[in-house]
Amino acid sequence: MNVELTEEQTLLQSTSRQFLDQALSLDALRHRSENDLALSRDFWSRAAALGWTSMFVPDDLNDPQSDAPVRDLAIIAEEAGRSLESGSLLECNVVAYALVNTGTTEVKAQLLPGLSDGSITASWAFAEGVDGWSVSDVRSRATVDGDDYVLNAQKSTVVAATSADYFLVTAFVDDELAQFLVPRDAPGVAITRLDALDLSRDFGDVSFHDVRVKKAWRLGSPGESADNDVERQWLLTITLQCAQMAGMLDRVFNLTIDYAQDRYAFGRPIASYQALKHRLADHKVWLEAALGLSTGLTEAFASGDPGVAELACVAKAHVGDRSVEIISDCAQIFGGISMTWEHDLHLYLRRATVDRVLYGSPTQLRERLCQLVGL
Amino acid sequence: MTSATVQETDVEDLESFIARARAWALENLPLAVDNAQARADADDHVNQVAKARRMQRLIFEGGFAGLRYPKEYGGQGLTREHQLAWREVTADRDIGCLSQFKVTHGIMGPTLLDFGTEEQKQHHIPAMLRGDELWVQFLSEPSAGSDLASLLTRAQREGDVYVLNGSKIWSTFAHVSDYAFVLSRTNLDVPKHSGLSMLILPIHSKGVTLRTIQLSTGSAEFCEEFFDDVMIPVVDIVGQENDGWNVVMRLFFHERNMVGGNSLNDQDAAGVGESAVSTEEELLALAHSVGNSKDSHTRQLIGEALVLDRLADHTIQRVNALMKSGALPGPGASIVKLMRSLSKYRFKEIALEVGGAHVVFGGPADEVGGHGHRWLVARVGTIAGGSSEMQRNAISERVLGLPRDPSPDTKLPFRDVLSQRKR
Repeated sequence: MNVELTEEQTLLQSTSRQFLDQALSLDALRHRSENDLALSRDFWSRAAALGWTSMFVPDDLNDPQSDAPVRDLAIIAEEAGRSLESGSLLECNVVAYALVNTGTTEVKAQLLPGLSDGSITASWAFAEGVDGWSVSDVRSRATVDGDDYVLNAQKSTVVAATSADYFLVTAFVDDELAQFLVPRDAPGVAITRLDALDLSRDFGDVSFHDVRVKKAWRLGSPGESADNDVERQWLLTITLQCAQMAGMLDRVFNLTIDYAQDRYAFGRPIASYQALKHRLADHKVWLEAALGLSTGLTEAFASGDPGVAELACVAKAHVGDRSVEIISDCAQIFGGISMTWEHDLHLYLRRATVDRVLYGSPTQLRERLCQLVGL
Repeated sequence: MTSATVQETDVEDLESFIARARAWALENLPLAVDNAQARADADDHVNQVAKARRMQRLIFEGGFAGLRYPKEYGGQGLTREHQLAWREVTADRDIGCLSQFKVTHGIMGPTLLDFGTEEQKQHHIPAMLRGDELWVQFLSEPSAGSDLASLLTRAQREGDVYVLNGSKIWSTFAHVSDYAFVLSRTNLDVPKHSGLSMLILPIHSKGVTLRTIQLSTGSAEFCEEFFDDVMIPVVDIVGQENDGWNVVMRLFFHERNMVGGNSLNDQDAAGVGESAVSTEEELLALAHSVGNSKDSHTRQLIGEALVLDRLADHTIQRVNALMKSGALPGPGASIVKLMRSLSKYRFKEIALEVGGAHVVFGGPADEVGGHGHRWLVARVGTIAGGSSEMQRNAISERVLGLPRDPSPDTKLPFRDVLSQRKR
């Protein structure tokens, strides 16, 4: 594991941070209305110009544009988390990863250039029944009909559902797990926006009723179950999510440290009271663990470490629970002001509370970890 | 003040070292025993120490002792990479007994390299590496633990000797060791940190009375010592007279490095009080043997324990790398210490909950009952080697830079501090 960044990675980190600081404002999140919840196309095309969407995408010579796509993306994700990035860095890249690895030539030619330049966005429609984040929860089905598949699926909690141009849909064809790319405007696709605690992203349920999908738009090879592909996608998702959450947690923690040193009570900074110092010290321990796990998971995913599945459960269970616990305690340290609409803290707490359960909750992942170790 | 500066030019390349180490370990080191056996062995201090000394001597004669110690003091003059390779090569070997040497090689030797005279280093370092000298630290006292600088043991200079009077406590394995660093007061008329000196004491000297302390579980690895007019030659001071605080701060630096797995001690040493830790496998076995492995509450608890167990390495690697690059100051090691202490404590709490009524019956060596006995001393890890409260002070004040707690006695002559106390 390499905690220290290379020169190139340091540059990537600083340009990402500069871009986010300049392009996004937390205050804007408070004033978003339903109309502009959809991804800001302008923001996303500028992000794409920085390479955020093309890490996995091969260049003209058929090499991925990054030597270390997952490591680079994790660096960006950490920065994106700090800024409550409102695009769909994670979702677009997970779909790009699936497409590059398992897409047909036809679909790659149609979608990769657009995904890469930011003109097309996409999201993975996986969960079923609010919190069904595992393959065993998948009830969606597709059947062959002539040159098409006919897809019937009920997908929940899809990130960026109201803005994504394409959905990557996981469903069964007979006993075979399969994946399809479906445009949002295909006949039979219905999107219901969800009211969510998180103000920084939008969510929706997406239903697919007798949606016709051309055979070429199925990913992977017919006759082969996509379990392994889905597993890798999920691991990539958790890897980037943990990086985002750890970055966000680091940001909130540092804001709280600054505040506690500036705020005086009874003639001294509140940060001089041992009751607070000791809590902040505990938070620092679990924050460093979160950042360390995020780095470790990134390395494990990138290097194909067989322990990556267990580590993903460990990382998300830790980062998920501790983020909410620590950010909530930061609210306690900020005091009454943190309860106000104008203060930023609730924006972080909202996002952390949703991320905690999104793509798998700590409770689900502790159970999955027990299964993985054979209990 | 680097302990072991290694000239890159004459260092054996890693591959040839690994090949040599593997061949030697295969031939000379027995295979590891299981955890329960290792724990049972560890309780027999006298035999364990005798075995450790034999094993250390064997390793010394094989040319693998003190991998990162300078060659002029009997070490191998190699690097951290060689040390990590050695740990890997010996991972399946029965070398648990060598944890007896972790304090000697990981803390005391490095401190002596930093502050010792040439004579002291020549005399003691090769003997430490050969397995002839086991060292311990005599720091805490009955009335001075966390606030170490307020210790009372006196070393009165009389001509060529210091005359030592007072007592020390919580010295681990002193009863089977040879030498100690004794932190003692050589000047009462200056503030508490400025009147201390570090002395080398042969533990079994005339005037030293040693007792082992029986813990609530019956185990007895901690000792207390009483000093009555013990004579220590002036040449046995480490560092300058009245500069002992500086020496002990350096000693703590090495201790933190050791806990973080990055010291001159070649074995991967766990922190203080961790010999009684349950492993992941034992926790899973406990759930199976009490029959609640399918219970969802139990599985959540076990999941939590697994998370705590497995986040440790990633945290340690991160913190070590940040300290190495200077992004975190030295006291960053307290993050590792606190993380380990809190995790291990919770792990034992979880074992208690998973085992339910089953773990409160049975002996310390029982597969199930052992968890209950280990629970009784779960607090050793959050107290020994710097309590969790001290780690929290260090993290908040010296890592996060938060204001220091007021301490009314740091500027007063220690004599006045004492007289105020009696009022």
